[in-house]
Amino acid sequence: MAVRLPRIGTAQIVALGLILVANWIVSPQFFDIRVQDGRLFGSLIDVFNRGAPVALLSIGMVLVIAMRGIDLSVGAVMAICGAIAASLADSHSLPVVLAAALGAGLLCGLWNGLLVAVLGIQPIVATLILMVAGRGIAQLITEGRIVTFTSPDLAFLGGGSVLGLPTPVVLTLGMMALTLLLVRGTALGLMIEATGGNPRASALAGIGTRLITVAVYVWSGLCAALAGIVASADILGADANNAGLWLELDAILAVVIGGTSLFGGRFSILLAVVGAFIIQAMNTGILLSGFPPETNLVVKAVVVLTVLLAQSPRLGGHLAGLGVLFSRSKSGGKRR
Amino acid sequence: MIRSLSRLSPVLATAAVFLAGFVVCSLIYPNFASLRVVMNLLTDNAFLVIVAVGMTFVIISGGIDLSVGSVIGFTTVFLALAIERWGVPPLAAFVLILVICAAFGAGMGAIIQYFELPPFIVTLAGMFLARGVSFLLSTESLPITADLYAHLSDHAFRFDGGARLTVPAMIMLVVVVGGMVLLHLTRFGANVYALGGSRTATGLMGINVARTTVLIYTLSSVLAGLAGIVFSLYTSSGYSLSAVGVELDAIAAVVIGGTLLSGGYGFIFGSFLGVMIQGLIQTYISFDGMLSSWWAKIATGLLLFAFIAFQQLTLHLARRSRRAPAGVHP
Repeated sequence: MAVRLPRIGTAQIVALGLILVANWIVSPQFFDIRVQDGRLFGSLIDVFNRGAPVALLSIGMVLVIAMRGIDLSVGAVMAICGAIAASLADSHSLPVVLAAALGAGLLCGLWNGLLVAVLGIQPIVATLILMVAGRGIAQLITEGRIVTFTSPDLAFLGGGSVLGLPTPVVLTLGMMALTLLLVRGTALGLMIEATGGNPRASALAGIGTRLITVAVYVWSGLCAALAGIVASADILGADANNAGLWLELDAILAVVIGGTSLFGGRFSILLAVVGAFIIQAMNTGILLSGFPPETNLVVKAVVVLTVLLAQSPRLGGHLAGLGVLFSRSKSGGKRR
Repeated sequence: MIRSLSRLSPVLATAAVFLAGFVVCSLIYPNFASLRVVMNLLTDNAFLVIVAVGMTFVIISGGIDLSVGSVIGFTTVFLALAIERWGVPPLAAFVLILVICAAFGAGMGAIIQYFELPPFIVTLAGMFLARGVSFLLSTESLPITADLYAHLSDHAFRFDGGARLTVPAMIMLVVVVGGMVLLHLTRFGANVYALGGSRTATGLMGINVARTTVLIYTLSSVLAGLAGIVFSLYTSSGYSLSAVGVELDAIAAVVIGGTLLSGGYGFIFGSFLGVMIQGLIQTYISFDGMLSSWWAKIATGLLLFAFIAFQQLTLHLARRSRRAPAGVHP
């Protein structure tokens, strides 16, 4: 065969393509892109711009899920870091603001990582603590008000553009490239997959599972902090009640759509990000089509169920014709 | 005797925390220690206790149910529409909604069981679905003006000093007692504990794992529906955004009540106390008047951490003392 499809990811990329085409059918000007003040504008660009926070979250989440963990606190961490960035923006320089917000994300991740790796608490419970308390902490920082700022430096991170692309998209791509470099450029990715596959065996094989677990939660905290900064910079303020609300669920959904199993093991950062953009493309499509936005959740539920059933160990053999499973069963024989 | 006491130690710890909190509050605010405050505590948290009872069954069996908050929201909207717009008699609407909830829960349980999917993500889909359908039904806040509602919200056992045991509180207490009987005294309850210990071993013992799993999620959704009915009685309205995030409060209450999130161990009464502790924090904040509402979230988070750390410690000690005589570790 002359044309060979990539072994994994075909299904997700085809799905994203189909949704974009569907959006184009309901709204013919969907693919129109115009340049204004050196920045690209258009519905397609908007999908990537709006999807950036969830995409950032999913970069951290995919590593956590590959370790058989889960991070429920990312939405609350977003709120904390956004609140810190917004309250400092007008009185401090940008590097200080970023250092404070990212440092807070790092601390939140460290807390989760220590609870999971050192105290041995189940990830879903350990991160539930920060999910419940974190929003309270964010409200404490903003004193219950919606904090606004005027600093153009921070606003640039949400509304500016680099080489014509909106800054959130550039930040997402940068974070993805950095994570790919760290994880796939070294043996770290293999160690994460090994730990997710069998923590005990990996520890016996000499992998520092504890340190890697902590590092992965810290990375997830950093990604959430960056997402929180972008979300704050976008609205020129911080709303501790609503910033990042329920985005942890969207991030988990993006990872699941990206084909990473909730039981740990093999993962794909790139496909998780594609998953995040699939979710955003659906949201935008529903808005464009004129259906009430309330349909959104029902569509999302149907998508989750479909993806889940396709991934189900029981259904595996019967629906093999469908994308992901097809490629997986084919690659099964020659796995490295 | 000592063994059975140590088995109950998490619930006793929760009870001690609740009593200590109540005493501290009463010392600060002399009016706190009244029957009226206690009765209001029961009424205000009735729907949460009912949900927490269902959640306790799910968590003891090793699962989790994230859909309960959305089911409550759906129930209130459905009741408001059925009674006010479609002219269904309230009691018939109650039965109808409980049947719908049962079917919904059974569906989730069946997907979890037959497709071997994690409960976390299946009930997450259920959460999206229930909330989405209630948005589709109506996004407005709909008042319920039926005579039955006015009658039920007026009906209460009255005590001296203005204290009232309201209908929601009565329903809640019946559910707690019923849940305790079902979990601790019936074969179904024993099966729930067995499932949380080990699914494989439970299957090998000849227990019908599939039937038990489906029944557990059915029970949780039915109780969430009942909580929705109570919530609509309490607010006399239906709103698709009501009870957002209640699943988290319920899970927190169950954990604070001493139930292990890994399953196999827990008590209904502990979950009841867990909700009461959360209610106590809320009441303290409203008595104080100066404290802001976010302290409730931070306090709940700290309590969660304290109880989970306590659980890990007791588990660790239990494992060590069990291992020692075998001579594996000196």
